[in-house]
Amino acid sequence: MIKIEKLHKSYPIGKDSLHVLKGLDLHIKEGEFVSIMGSSGSGKSTLLNIVGLLDGHDEGNYYLNGQKIENLDEKKAAILRNKFLGFVFQSFNLITYKTAVENIALPLYYQGMGRKERQKIAMQYLDKVGLKDRANHLPSELSGGEKQRVAVARALATKPKVILADEPTGALDSKTSHAVMELLKEINREGMTVFVITHEEDIAEQTDRIVRLKDGVIISDEKVNKSVNV
Amino acid sequence: MNFLFDKDTWQEIYSSIRKNKTRTGITIIGVMWGIFLLVVLLGAAKGVENNFNKLFGDFATNSVFIWGQETSKPFKGFQEGKQVALKIDDIDKIKNEVKGIDLIAPRSQAGGLVVRKFQSGNFNISGDFPVLDKIQNKDLIYGRFINDNDINEKKKVCVIEEEVYKQLFEKDEYPIGELISINGINYSVVGLFKESQTIRLGDNIHIPFTTFQQVYNRGNNISWMIITGSPESSIVQIEKDAKLILKNLHKVHPEDKRALGGINLGDMFKKVTGFLTGMQFLTWFVGIATLIAGVFAIGNILLITVKERTKEIGIRRALGAKPWEVKRQIILESVFLTSIAGALGIIFGGLVLMLIDATLGKGPQAALTNPTVDIPVVLIAAVTLVFLGTLIGLIPAQTAVSIRPIEALREE
Repeated sequence: MIKIEKLHKSYPIGKDSLHVLKGLDLHIKEGEFVSIMGSSGSGKSTLLNIVGLLDGHDEGNYYLNGQKIENLDEKKAAILRNKFLGFVFQSFNLITYKTAVENIALPLYYQGMGRKERQKIAMQYLDKVGLKDRANHLPSELSGGEKQRVAVARALATKPKVILADEPTGALDSKTSHAVMELLKEINREGMTVFVITHEEDIAEQTDRIVRLKDGVIISDEKVNKSVNV
Repeated sequence: MNFLFDKDTWQEIYSSIRKNKTRTGITIIGVMWGIFLLVVLLGAAKGVENNFNKLFGDFATNSVFIWGQETSKPFKGFQEGKQVALKIDDIDKIKNEVKGIDLIAPRSQAGGLVVRKFQSGNFNISGDFPVLDKIQNKDLIYGRFINDNDINEKKKVCVIEEEVYKQLFEKDEYPIGELISINGINYSVVGLFKESQTIRLGDNIHIPFTTFQQVYNRGNNISWMIITGSPESSIVQIEKDAKLILKNLHKVHPEDKRALGGINLGDMFKKVTGFLTGMQFLTWFVGIATLIAGVFAIGNILLITVKERTKEIGIRRALGAKPWEVKRQIILESVFLTSIAGALGIIFGGLVLMLIDATLGKGPQAALTNPTVDIPVVLIAAVTLVFLGTLIGLIPAQTAVSIRPIEALREE
């Protein structure tokens, strides 16, 4: 589903440039539940941005769903994001003046779907994350955990190929963190590829595969022994 | 352009506007102010213009009054200080020799005690030809003005002003055919006219010129004359030519500036017209400058808005909004807001003009008359505003899509 070969990325800082990703190779298959672990500055956010088509890469190859990503203009990137990717952010990133159900319906709007159909699908996903009764609440009227569940529902609404979650539990307490992770696990069990970025060990351990990043290189890539958790 | 008719596009704009009331309010007020000022300024300028036109009103503006005074230079054996007395024969000579004359009327005036039954009053009596009615349109309530028959037969008839009627007649009395006594001689009233609101020549009662000359023993002397020029002629030149002929006829030094008095209405009118043109230019200048300022205000507010909404725009783009869709929404918001604001500005401007009209525009002392704005002018201004609003909306829209979504999303 996601295939990365010798990926390099550097950011210009004044006259110098900061080499953030130094030749990454990563292959994530369909239906995997992968976490990228690393401290801040390890390059994990940069990797997510490139995988999420929010930023371009300098060198190497990136295949998303078998399609080689190169020379993307903003329009093409926007279409691919809408079609293949669902984002879940640390700070939820819900639109503050839209209700829960409107937020979920927004990516469908950009797909060009009709209002009634959008509403119907948005309600289905809201039901799926267990917030049907909160449909007409604004984000400010929801708890942190509820907001993140709405964000997950929004990510799912377009039936993407991959869910990209950037520190999905970073702003949540342990109890709600657990609920959100359970939700992601459930989505994964249904066949969705889920890609989580975190710096928390216990979150990473709930996934099936942990990729550890340090200073722009992968230092380990291992399957999690599920028996520990059971 | 399908998106323009898409309910969802407008739903998006509506919700974004509704949820940002302060911003929307400020934008609308900014633009409304611009168009409001333009409407009020243009309307007020039009009102002043109408007022000036009313001032000259029913009087032929292309006209000059000439009368005789004392000479200031000795000439051909005459001492300075000789009184110049204009003659009735001068009229024909001027008419024949000066080019571009439309109408010419000699006039004689005197004061007189007017009596009817037990009422009496002192009024100005004018001896006139029928042509005066063409120079200064008399607003007749009843009857007619002096006609050629009156002149030829030296009839004892008179045309009286409303003021004279009020003093000599009972309320609602029908004046035509009644007799009034002027300096002991009875005249039959043939017409009643309304006092001129504009240029007053001090005429209370008109009697036939020939009658006047006989009754007041004026012989060939006249008090003064009115000359009007044809539309294409220069009234200033006509005044010069006529005065030169008169100086020649009355043996006055050609350089004598005092011997002949004159008021040139055409000249005055031209100055007023020049002033009005200047005022209109100023109005347009101020109005357009205000509009441009208004447009920049929209641009500025939208730019702030975009900064404020950077994150929202980032989210939308992460969810798959294409750059054009983001731009489109910002531009449409701008157009929608400017249109609404423009409409409100026109409505409020119109209301203020109505208020001005009601308070300052009534009665003979009105400062403004009928302050109005041409609808096409206002519509053009509004369309220009919306167009400029769109152009200026492009700047923040471009800013919005040039920010990379990641940067937008990182903003906390």
